[in-house]
Amino acid sequence: MDHYTLRKIIDKSMRILIYSALVVGLIPLFSILGQVILKGASSVNISFLTQPSPTVGEAGGGVANAVQGTLATLGLASLIGVPLGLVSGIFLSEYSEAKISSPIRFFNDVLSGFPSIVVGIFAYGLIVRAIGFSVTAAAFALAIIMIPIVTRTTEEAMKLVPATVREAAIALGVPRWRTIVSVVISGAKKGITTGIMLALARIAGESAPVLVTMGYWRWWFAGLNQPAANLALNIYIFAISPFENWQALAWGSALVLVILILGINVVVRAATKEKYK
Amino acid sequence: MTRMSYKFEIENLNAWFGSKQALSNINIKIKEKAVTAVIGPSGCGKTTFIRCLNRMHEIVPGTRVSGKVLFGGTDIYAEDADPVQIRRKMGMVFQKPNPFPMMSIYDNVAAGLKLNGVRDKKRLDEVVEHSLRMAILWDEVKDDLNKSGASLSGGQQQRLCIARALAVEPEVMLMDEPASALDPIATGKLEVLIRMLANDYTVVIVTHNMQQAARLSDFTAFLYLGELIEYGPTKDLFENPKNELTEKYITGQFG
Repeated sequence: MDHYTLRKIIDKSMRILIYSALVVGLIPLFSILGQVILKGASSVNISFLTQPSPTVGEAGGGVANAVQGTLATLGLASLIGVPLGLVSGIFLSEYSEAKISSPIRFFNDVLSGFPSIVVGIFAYGLIVRAIGFSVTAAAFALAIIMIPIVTRTTEEAMKLVPATVREAAIALGVPRWRTIVSVVISGAKKGITTGIMLALARIAGESAPVLVTMGYWRWWFAGLNQPAANLALNIYIFAISPFENWQALAWGSALVLVILILGINVVVRAATKEKYK
Repeated sequence: MTRMSYKFEIENLNAWFGSKQALSNINIKIKEKAVTAVIGPSGCGKTTFIRCLNRMHEIVPGTRVSGKVLFGGTDIYAEDADPVQIRRKMGMVFQKPNPFPMMSIYDNVAAGLKLNGVRDKKRLDEVVEHSLRMAILWDEVKDDLNKSGASLSGGQQQRLCIARALAVEPEVMLMDEPASALDPIATGKLEVLIRMLANDYTVVIVTHNMQQAARLSDFTAFLYLGELIEYGPTKDLFENPKNELTEKYITGQFG
């Protein structure tokens, strides 16, 4: 066998190997999605989407209150976590010559490795003990989980904007802050958006920190200083319950949560779409 | 020659990257409304030199500059000099075309004004058209002003970058090997444009291409290892080099 044929064979087998790895990697994703759709779809109907959680022994019931609570918690968490993460990410990328950058980067990485329950306990000590179980306490905990993800992805996305583009703006006599805001951030918008979406998806599925900061709540949303229902917690509480209709609700909640995250993703991407590829 | 016919008067200019000295004691006067070429082998400091003229050298962390650069008689390295204001008076064109990738052709040209707060649509329209005409690009792009700047060919992108630099009405054009990423035809067009610009602007062009320097420039400076070896009218420097190093370099004995 000559060198050329050998090379072709190696090329082909590597290709097959890579494609099979891809397929194997996608199996869990699609089986989870398939399972959630298969088992969740049957419980999703109008009353499921408009009614609050059922009490024990009550037939029917829905996730409307949990959708409310989840949106409120995610919204407030993003309101705190996204700006802080963005600003730190911008700082790390654009002012990396500052001495404080590398400790910040290090502790940010440490923070992103924190078990979420520890963050939950921290929020419990700080917020729950002051104002009680509430959306605010849960949002605070989730914001802390968001910050390192948003920081890291913002920094990476901004570093991908070529130095030559920054220089072009600076050479035009554009001040540094304006260069960062109008040229670098606009060039990194796609990556930054992806980071925020990742962080949002991550906290939407968190249940442990929510459990210790908001507790379980069955009724409608009653304000940011009150507890609220939550889709991720619904899944946890309903799935381990002995009642069949509750277990069906858990599957339904899972499906709604997945669709919710997907929906937010699509909307945000459409809103921040780039004019040019 | 009177003092004001010089756009730049550079005295004892030194520049460092960290502890490495890139320019040593450069003294040179650059004439107004002429093309001055800076030539020399790779690493001789030509790019550093041109970046010292609009205070772009210092934006890289760890760099340092000493000496005087008088621009129209005022030292741009004086304590109270504002680098942002200084850069607005000088257009810069880089080795690789670097249009803003997220902006249309129109917005690329208008960027310098828009990012500095100009909102008057009529004025922007006029400036964009005027700048694109000056950069000999208007006829090629006038129907596609809303297309991405990155969709143009390399030569067109470089002329777009020149239009962008012209739009802020600079007094000088600093060009750092502007043709190094272009094919011969695009280079030819660019050279015609540079010659035209010299009617209104002081042009300083860094090039590693000696033929280009000989064709284009009125004055040539030869840098070697961070030092100014020889400087004079281009014709004299190429035909009667005074320094042995210059002669060796222009005859291709090293480089």
